[in-house]
Amino acid sequence: MEKESVPQDNSPTYAGLRKLLYAVDKQGKYTGVPSTGWEVESFATQTAVSELDRLRRDAWQRARDGRTSALEFHMYRNRMELDTLSATTGLWRWRVRRHFDPQKFAKLSERILTRYADAMGITVAELHIVPAQAD
Amino acid sequence: MSEPMAFGLASALAFAYMPFIKMAGMPLISYRMWPGAIVKAMHKRLGIAMERKTFGSAAEGMDALDAQLDAGRAVGLQTCIYWLPYVPEQFRFHFNVHNLIVYGREGDDYLVSDPLFETVTRCARPALAKARFAKGAMEAKGLMYYPVRSVPEVDYRKLIPKVIRANYRNMMQPVMPMIGIKGIRFLARNIVKLEKGKDANLSLYLTHIVRMQEEIGSGGAGFRFLYASFLQEAARLLDNNDSLANASMHLTEAGDEWRRFALLATKMCRGRAPMSGAELSAQLNLIADTEAAMWKSLKGFAA
Repeated sequence: MEKESVPQDNSPTYAGLRKLLYAVDKQGKYTGVPSTGWEVESFATQTAVSELDRLRRDAWQRARDGRTSALEFHMYRNRMELDTLSATTGLWRWRVRRHFDPQKFAKLSERILTRYADAMGITVAELHIVPAQAD
Repeated sequence: MSEPMAFGLASALAFAYMPFIKMAGMPLISYRMWPGAIVKAMHKRLGIAMERKTFGSAAEGMDALDAQLDAGRAVGLQTCIYWLPYVPEQFRFHFNVHNLIVYGREGDDYLVSDPLFETVTRCARPALAKARFAKGAMEAKGLMYYPVRSVPEVDYRKLIPKVIRANYRNMMQPVMPMIGIKGIRFLARNIVKLEKGKDANLSLYLTHIVRMQEEIGSGGAGFRFLYASFLQEAARLLDNNDSLANASMHLTEAGDEWRRFALLATKMCRGRAPMSGAELSAQLNLIADTEAAMWKSLKGFAA
């Protein structure tokens, strides 16, 4: 990549940060060039963020309707999914999935609830709350 | 020592695509060796002895960190980026292999130099503990590392051929077919397969590749420009060695092709170009060809 073609797209995903890219000057010599973002990369980041948002809103709606437990909503709110929550709590995936059932979630022991709450950095009380708004 | 030189001396350029290891629901794709391997390589090559410690509990890990800082030592830490409060929302994912340097503390505030930022920043103790001891794939277990002895003079003439040979093996003679040039072709085949299977997540999957390539680390194009810069520096150090200088140019071309791949893939995801697994896979195979040719040209480089 040439120095002049290092993108400076002021990507919102960079939040004002700059990233160091390496590019060649007219003599073909490499130098570090700070970039304010690349629109292509920014799109990729935003796709991942909006997918997480979509999952969170969807889980929120189902939790409000009583079709899933507050656990699933909080999982997505903390940018986790089944694999990550299972890994961070040390609980099997199938167990976590069982706990998405509101009835089974309501019967969980304090010990298991604490494991979930700790993994997400919230309190057990917060874990039970489905807020009035998805965001 | 420059960043590209350190990267090159660690033989850190790589490619790995391991769909069976998932991070945040997405397959593991990496363009460099794992930080742990890079640190080990620096140790072996430069005689920089690195003390590496992991811990059974957060309390123990934080105490050990404090002890090092109070002794006036800066240390490297492996963390999960999600739990670092100073990181902008857009970068906060459950990614467990984010490395940073802590160089001091003021009470419960740690002074942090994070490669993500141009300036230094701060992090409160509970957040740092959480980030160091987050569980999951590639978890840090509080990993802390620092040099205990360094060798003043580097013999580049001896070292450069050696590290290039080691990197040649990473890319051309991988221990598994998901690694190196073969790994790039494996990824190419997989994209075609997913498209044929009408995978609903194809767009997410493609943008994930782009993110791993461009978001992670510095330099752009999955560290290809960084390594090309190293090759150029190495050529200069070895009496303007032609084959190294040419290899640098060819790797720059490969880096440009990686950027083109990212552009093409996102265009398709946005519906600005028809989705074509065949086209993407052809682009990846072109990259594999370019990189393979570059490495072959360095094969005789054993000076």
